[in-house]
Amino acid sequence: MAKAYLSIEGVGVTFAKGAARSEVLTGVDLKVDKGEFVSIIGHSGCGKSTLLNVVAGLVPVTTGAVILDKQEVNAPGPDRAVVFQNHSLLPWLSVRENVSLAVDKVFGKTKTAAERRDWTLHNLELVKMTHALDKRPSEISGGMKQRVGIARALAMEPKVLLLDEPFGALDALTRAHLQDSVMEIHASLRNTVLMVTHDVDEAALLSDRIVMMTNGPRAAIGQVLDVDLRRPRDRLAVAENPTYIHARAAVIEFLYARRAA
Amino acid sequence: MTFPKPSFSPAEPIAAQPVVQELTAPPPPPAGETRTSGLAEAARRAGAMAAAAIPPVLTLLVILGVWQVAAGDSYVGLPSPAHVWADSKDLILHPFFDHGGVDKGLFWHVLTSLKRVGVGFSISAVCGVMLGVLIGSNRWAHRGLDPIFQVLRTVPPLAWLPISLAAFREAQPSALFVIFITSIWPIIINTAVGVRNIPTDYINVAKVLRLSPTEYFFKILLPATTPYIFTGLRIGVGMSWLAIVASEMLLGGVGVGFFIWDQYNASRISDIIVALAWVGLTGFFLDRLVALLGHVISRGNAAS
Repeated sequence: MAKAYLSIEGVGVTFAKGAARSEVLTGVDLKVDKGEFVSIIGHSGCGKSTLLNVVAGLVPVTTGAVILDKQEVNAPGPDRAVVFQNHSLLPWLSVRENVSLAVDKVFGKTKTAAERRDWTLHNLELVKMTHALDKRPSEISGGMKQRVGIARALAMEPKVLLLDEPFGALDALTRAHLQDSVMEIHASLRNTVLMVTHDVDEAALLSDRIVMMTNGPRAAIGQVLDVDLRRPRDRLAVAENPTYIHARAAVIEFLYARRAA
Repeated sequence: MTFPKPSFSPAEPIAAQPVVQELTAPPPPPAGETRTSGLAEAARRAGAMAAAAIPPVLTLLVILGVWQVAAGDSYVGLPSPAHVWADSKDLILHPFFDHGGVDKGLFWHVLTSLKRVGVGFSISAVCGVMLGVLIGSNRWAHRGLDPIFQVLRTVPPLAWLPISLAAFREAQPSALFVIFITSIWPIIINTAVGVRNIPTDYINVAKVLRLSPTEYFFKILLPATTPYIFTGLRIGVGMSWLAIVASEMLLGGVGVGFFIWDQYNASRISDIIVALAWVGLTGFFLDRLVALLGHVISRGNAAS
């Protein structure tokens, strides 16, 4: 049996604070193939972000293990770059410096200074942010900050790209633009992506598979849905597509009918 | 902050041109638009400066007027502003004279005090930031040291003076110690708060990038904490200026605190009033200097 590229095996997370213990996740099994785009969807507080943080190595597992490319994950690292919900750019660095901080750290030994500079620019080109290289995060819009956050993550050449509700704080129009950008980038780079979201349309449009989580505490995977839509996907064309409509309906049914909070 | 005055040369047909280039350096907008907006901008700035300068000047005049009337014409008690001018004109107009010994202009007294504050405050800034980082990042250091610091920081500056005199047996190091011990607490406490308030996001970024402890210190911790550090430094420099005047009164020698005490013994109240103005203005400029430094170093991120 061929091992999956990213394998989440029987993961459970229990937070203990003094005598109080709260079991957030239990028995989560998920296999993700290389190049696959998987979304995790669920109600707020269901532990979907915790699951992402487990894969990132930011939260330790209580039981089970996460295996990426035949190696067990037990600490954070640039092979699992995270795009955080609120961009988390460093405000004292310019757009270029935020990305080059990551590039210099990850490729400091393997690339020359000139190569690293080009790589930084290349990644900012991918997210169309080369017009604001020397701006500070406070001088650019929320959508632009998130673009830079994505560029920083991509620049680490991660084995799996982790997106933690990346567009949650953005207005609908900006969100649509960024979703299109992410689809383009995924199409050209074929990255493995794990995305946490609470937006049904976003999950159905972007994902190859949608993982639906039950409500916490003791959240687990309730159902996994394949979204068998040909890529590239166009948000207008897809809206009429029966597969898309079915996927959307199935997720909504899961979230609101069967698992009503 | 004032903007550099534009220099109009007669050869230049468009007077506003130099201002425009200064104001709108990068990136240069279309020429036609900048000329008018440059003039408007200069006018707006002049207006803003007048709005900032006129109220305090008027208030000062009112205070001086009330004081003049209240003090009356008698030479008993507090002298009126007119008497201060009459008595201490030399002191006001000639701050730079030096007749040897302690008979010097106020500039020299203030300079001596500033030197002491400079040394004592520098030591407390370095130690304070280091201790603050320790307390902010280590839970056990926090639990052990924080209660002790909370008690010690309430001790008034002058209460340290006899102890430091007993320990150092000399005036100069005692004065430095009093400045150090007075100004270090707000620096420690603010730095520690800053370190504890570093957003989890920045820490997560550092973890994902696997920054080494040294890289974390210089690339995340220090820049993220700079606004807090400078808040502490501003409070600290103010407190050290409070401490210097008080401790110099007791220690003697040269220095603005001693000058005030000396004039009091000579019953020259007018000179004391002049010295007070010097002390206040110097303290004000110290505060602004540290604030400006913080602004420059944190590249505009500091709380002003």
